[in-house]
Amino acid sequence: MSSLPPNPPERSTRRDLERYAGLFSARTKVMTSSATRDLMAMSDRPDVISFAGGLPDTSSFPSETFAAITQKIADESCAKALQYGPTDGLAETKRCIADVMAAEAMAVDTDDVLVTTGGQQVLDLVTKTLIDPGDTIVAEGPSYPGALNAFKAYQANVVQVDMDSDGMRVDLLEETLDRLDSEGKRPKFVYTVPSFQNPGGVTLSLPRRKRLVEVARERELLVLEDNPYGLLRYEGDPLPTLYSLDGGVYVMYLGTFSKIFSPGLRLGWVVAPPPVLSRINLGKQQADLCTSTLSQILVQAYFAHHDWRDYVGTLSEIYRSRRDTMLDALAEHFPAQAEWTRPGGGLFIWATLPEFIDTSDLLARALRDSVAFVPGEGAFLDGRGRSSMRLNFSGSDEDRIREGIRRIGEVIKEQVALYGTLTGEQAEAAVAPPAEVEPDEGGRVVELPRRADRERRARRS
Amino acid sequence: MSKVAVLAGGSSFERQVSLRSGARVEDALERLGHDVVAIDAGSDLIQRLRAEQPDAAFVAMHGRDGEDGTVQELLEILGVPYTGSGVPACVRAMDKVLTKHGLVEAGIPTPEFFSFNQTAFRELGAADALPAIEQRLQFPIVVKPAGQGSALGIKFARTAADVPGALVAAFSYDSKVLLERFVKGRDLAVSVLEGPDGPLALPVVEAVPVGGGDYDFQARYEIGRTEFICPADLPAGSTERAQELALRTYELLGCFGFARVDLMLDEGGELFVLEANPIPGLTETSLLPQAAEEAGIGFDDLVARILESAFTRSAQARA
Repeated sequence: MSSLPPNPPERSTRRDLERYAGLFSARTKVMTSSATRDLMAMSDRPDVISFAGGLPDTSSFPSETFAAITQKIADESCAKALQYGPTDGLAETKRCIADVMAAEAMAVDTDDVLVTTGGQQVLDLVTKTLIDPGDTIVAEGPSYPGALNAFKAYQANVVQVDMDSDGMRVDLLEETLDRLDSEGKRPKFVYTVPSFQNPGGVTLSLPRRKRLVEVARERELLVLEDNPYGLLRYEGDPLPTLYSLDGGVYVMYLGTFSKIFSPGLRLGWVVAPPPVLSRINLGKQQADLCTSTLSQILVQAYFAHHDWRDYVGTLSEIYRSRRDTMLDALAEHFPAQAEWTRPGGGLFIWATLPEFIDTSDLLARALRDSVAFVPGEGAFLDGRGRSSMRLNFSGSDEDRIREGIRRIGEVIKEQVALYGTLTGEQAEAAVAPPAEVEPDEGGRVVELPRRADRERRARRS
Repeated sequence: MSKVAVLAGGSSFERQVSLRSGARVEDALERLGHDVVAIDAGSDLIQRLRAEQPDAAFVAMHGRDGEDGTVQELLEILGVPYTGSGVPACVRAMDKVLTKHGLVEAGIPTPEFFSFNQTAFRELGAADALPAIEQRLQFPIVVKPAGQGSALGIKFARTAADVPGALVAAFSYDSKVLLERFVKGRDLAVSVLEGPDGPLALPVVEAVPVGGGDYDFQARYEIGRTEFICPADLPAGSTERAQELALRTYELLGCFGFARVDLMLDEGGELFVLEANPIPGLTETSLLPQAAEEAGIGFDDLVARILESAFTRSAQARA
């Protein structure tokens, strides 16, 4: 009887290196992980209060509901749940998707929907479908690092447009498009998270939404609207999605069950014009044939017997108070030179510190005090964001939020004071209140970035 | 055949690298026929070691705790023979400032430097001395935390305006930092391995960042980001001189078993020792395994030799 040896035979290290390095595609040469990867790995330690993740609070999902759903599947659709499914997804799942989109006032033809393995697969498939190496994608700055990585993997040239508290500066987008046009470059699509942006925490205003849709039409430009957080709104009236303003002509829509039900299901979807969708479908066939049938049936069973809106309401209540706790803690513990966004929903706050603080190094210091966040540099491809950080408020309870923000605040103050000592600036001067405060908005609302803020004000006045 | 505990992980910033080093060492030790116990060094380290009663510990930890003498001290108390340098050498090597003072005293060239702790700036007005330091070292100046094993926290200050921010960054990792003259040139590493006739300098490895740029933390551990040339193609005499300096550094610090000494070869052909690593990486991209390979010592053989040195030192200590 033959068997495999218990361990692989010894391999020579240098040959290993050369062998593998020689095999890697040119594509992977741009797939570098961030310099802070090893630091981020430390934030998984159980003693660390981590604001680094983007995790929904799945512990608030009732386990008896989960048990009832799975029992129902076992009783009624066991064979189907264990079987392959169509590449574009099960028809019943698409009806659930139409239901979710209707909750944000979108009417969708289920023929235009393709069910995907999480929203992340939409980013991959859309990029695979549209991008040749060197093609241009326009995105927000800062942008979701997971999207930037998908774009980079297809060797896209990503141009990032500044944001302020009203989301992407569409005027700057137009300037950027003009400039690219003069260089003979025509972007394939604009990537945006208009509502409660990750990582910026800001929301694209209605006038800008309308203008963005107009720009897309005028220039025949595709827009990929990524909307994972739209239903997690904690204040104010809902804004129409770009998809509903455009009617699905130039806007492709990315949705997901991750933030309203479960990221563990890996269930998302894309809505796109039929010619684009059929190409995406081909790409998906190559990638994974179909999205997990079991996950799709889980969603169906859940939607059929429970009011999913109730659960979103429960989550929103929890997240709203966690957001408020974090905003209060920031006001109490962060020094006056720090600025941060005040998200009306979603999961993230984006804080910007004085530019002499590098948040990757700050993270190393913060980890000594067992607290973590995401350094901002990964949200840009052009070296910006080094003084910013993304703070997640959905994944920690309120005591931990208060304590974690207090610890980060202490570390920042320590660095501000040290910098003051090094440059001869007085620490007292360094903690004076900022010149621009908008007290009527219940907190310090900052626009991204600060320079753009002043320019915009100047233009308004 | 011995029962060997492989200590890896820990809570240093080089945890991930250490886990990879440890995994490779475990595989090699098993191939060599040893009974391997993998231990992720955490709060139960002592309990695990007491329960397992290993014949030796292979320390595959990098950075704080693993490389700075802490774990070695604990192993001494438990009486477990362990690989690599002893406590005093680890303490000296992990602290770049202690290392460099030793090098200067021994006449081993190292880039000129100044070192301060935070209190010097907070309480003694050291900031007022920065212009004099900058004039002395000339820009660009390298600013480093004293005790960080990897390239994390190392900044290049190109002008006086960069220095305060670079110091703040370096102080994120350690309460002591150094400002060092930048040596423009080639980045070399000489690994030293204990042999039957004493320490042996292995072939020189040159690290060349792909596409230029500073040799940074990312490049150091990622396949494809840095090209390693071994043996380095150096001007006549430089290889021997680099190996000699590495051996002298190894002996000066009191290292044992193995270590890696990092050097710069400047454009005038001068060699400078930057630092010594008492537990260099053993990952796929690490320099010591490459150098050993070039010297005809495969990875398993390398691991066997390093393990053997643990027993040798233990026997020497008892004698």
